[in-house]
Amino acid sequence: MPALSFENIHQILTKQFGEAIGPLQPAKRDPFCTFAPARLVEICRFLKGQPELSFDFLEDLTATDHPKQNLIRIVYHFYSYPHRHLFIAKVEVNRQQAELDSVESVWKAANWLEREVYDLFGVRFTGHTDLRRILMPDDWVGHPLRKDYSEAGGYRDISNVRDNPLDLYLSMDRQLKAQQAAPEPAASPAPPAEHQPAEKPPAKTGA
Amino acid sequence: MALDQLVMTKFGAGAGEEMILNMGPQHPSTHGVINFVVHADGEVMKKAVPQVGYLHRALEKIGEIVTYPGFMPYTDRIDYLAAMFANEGYALAVEKLMGIQIPPRAQYLRAISCELNRIASHLISIGSMAMDIGAVTPFPYALRERESINDLLEALCGARLTYNYHRIGGVAFDMAQDWMPLCHKWLDHFDRILDEWDRLISFNEIFVERLAGLAVIPLPMAIDYGLVGPNLRASGMDFDLRKVHHYGAYPDFDFKVPIGKAYAGAHRGGVVGDCFDRFYCRVLECRESVSIVRQALNKFPGGEFMAKVPRKIKPEAGEAQSRIESARGEMAYYVVSDGGERAYRVRARTGSFLAMGIIEEASKGLMIADLVALIASLDVVAPEIDR
Amino acid sequence: MAESDLKGYSHDPGASTALVTTSTNVLEHLINWSRRSSMFYLLFGLACCGIELMQTGGPRADLDRFGSVPRATPRQSDLMIVAGTLTYKMAIRCKLLYEQMAEPKYVISMGSCANCGGLFQLSYSVVKGVDKIIPVDVYVPGCPPRPEALTEGFLRVQELIKREKQKNKFRPKRDSGETGTGYDVPEAV
Repeated sequence: MPALSFENIHQILTKQFGEAIGPLQPAKRDPFCTFAPARLVEICRFLKGQPELSFDFLEDLTATDHPKQNLIRIVYHFYSYPHRHLFIAKVEVNRQQAELDSVESVWKAANWLEREVYDLFGVRFTGHTDLRRILMPDDWVGHPLRKDYSEAGGYRDISNVRDNPLDLYLSMDRQLKAQQAAPEPAASPAPPAEHQPAEKPPAKTGA
Repeated sequence: MALDQLVMTKFGAGAGEEMILNMGPQHPSTHGVINFVVHADGEVMKKAVPQVGYLHRALEKIGEIVTYPGFMPYTDRIDYLAAMFANEGYALAVEKLMGIQIPPRAQYLRAISCELNRIASHLISIGSMAMDIGAVTPFPYALRERESINDLLEALCGARLTYNYHRIGGVAFDMAQDWMPLCHKWLDHFDRILDEWDRLISFNEIFVERLAGLAVIPLPMAIDYGLVGPNLRASGMDFDLRKVHHYGAYPDFDFKVPIGKAYAGAHRGGVVGDCFDRFYCRVLECRESVSIVRQALNKFPGGEFMAKVPRKIKPEAGEAQSRIESARGEMAYYVVSDGGERAYRVRARTGSFLAMGIIEEASKGLMIADLVALIASLDVVAPEIDR
Repeated sequence: MAESDLKGYSHDPGASTALVTTSTNVLEHLINWSRRSSMFYLLFGLACCGIELMQTGGPRADLDRFGSVPRATPRQSDLMIVAGTLTYKMAIRCKLLYEQMAEPKYVISMGSCANCGGLFQLSYSVVKGVDKIIPVDVYVPGCPPRPEALTEGFLRVQELIKREKQKNKFRPKRDSGETGTGYDVPEAV
């Protein structure tokens, strides 16, 4: 059962699907090619079903965000156990209207992988049986792995900043120096500040 | 009217019998913070839906914030039980991007540290599986042996759990001169411990009967859902990246790959791909790892332990993928670089993430206690799922 | 009685309570000794520190010799060892577990992630320190802390309990007493 190279697989695909398959990019270290989004599920079924390809293992389904080109590229890694060959493909979707067909009907592994891409990048997969957030809490706002993501200031009353203990020590130092500089007959120089916990527990806990 | 007739007429037949229970996220198994919403009809489950994300620490986003070498400690935390593998995968991906060849001594050191870490990870996995089933004794045995491995790895790289040992271009430290005899002594001791383990738990009649024929995952289902590693091998697939991809120093070693063969025995209802197969494949892998470490120590080459790497790691723009056989299966790193000091995207695809995806399907019809056995046999660990 | 007859007894106000204080001292010692010698800790291992927590309870660095055993449920535990990174999704559950524990309860924050967010301070989903939501008695630094370090933290909690004064314990609103738990009774989530 021969393992095909990237070029052979690309040739078979272009012979079958013609323009839906982009050219093979000789990207540094790992070549890939781009699929047209409209025929994605068809191409994937072909990849899985064709005997000389038989990509039965969807190894990875992830995305990269390119705000400058206004694109999100969904990256697919396919692997074939019978033939032991690998193929990498990308599909480009618009950043504002990120929608793509789901390949869950081809490989069940896509179920969780697509949920993760939806959660972290905001790409909606049509035809997915259960598209909801998987890693973030359900009421999280925003899609964190996008390049223009900025954190809200905390989550449900738990703030996301923590005072630097160095600031506390510096302010204590300043107070000490102020006390020593001002002439106060009664006060003896304060003893060196003992180690205090960096953060006193707040008086009111958040819900 | 009898009560059950009343219930059935008022709420419909079968209604009022399904309970929706919450198992987790804090529960006394060592697989981390994972939640299962169990739809159960008494003791028998209709399905168990996993909810994850309680340990999502945004490692992939941090990969875009810190530099390439600076991300290495974070890879430890992707899978803290098999941290050496996570280190190695990331190092291999960046080395592929930069086109660096690492010297043979570094490859051997990587292989030795990885195989020791595989034994440590499997010890926790099989020990905690026994504990989840109810046999509390093997777990301290496993912890005791793991302490010895921690000592060895601490002598090698300075840390007990999150090693940060592999670097881009090689490894961080060389082996001390008296490390090799210590390791040989421990390997001889561990052989006897594995025999003791077999007598204690692996061939324990109660244990085998408990797990035989439980939660069978047939091979097509395993491939479709994306299972990897010992889970896939226990379902019958002869696939180990160390043999297929010939990466690192593994082509120099001679070892077998354990595959699921219904080790529980047909007379107990054992089937290829049941929980006992997944358990026993890990025990056999421990033995193979011991053999690999012995061979590596006997053939240990001289030379440098780190390649010549520029001071600032700035790969050219491009992308690379590396795949390694971690303790929990295949871990694939996908690193995209835009030519700067920081990566554009780091992605770690782990074995436990998709193993969770199969639990909803494989848990139909199981009892709640069997769900614990299923999760333990799939050897999931929370940070691999959530990263 | 002449004043000299009262020598040997305390003359400060509350002299009549001297006897009561002495016997309360014995009672306090007894209560504190029994409390600190059998602290059941909640297995709240979240991440990598959880493995070191297990190793600390394991054969070599044995926490059981101090009389403490791990419990899975907060209802039966006095000590909560927050071992690992706390994310926002888990923070609500952590608070719930803390509230389900019965008084007196103590918290050890183990590892840098629980102390201050650790090396995940860059992350968007990590609570920067478990003391943002629950009061902590002892902070154990390390990433992960060695079992010896966690044992030291455990002994510090035992020291805290040894020095506790019981008169502060039975009021519904606690000030920042010797145990440092300066919280009001939190409202239910």
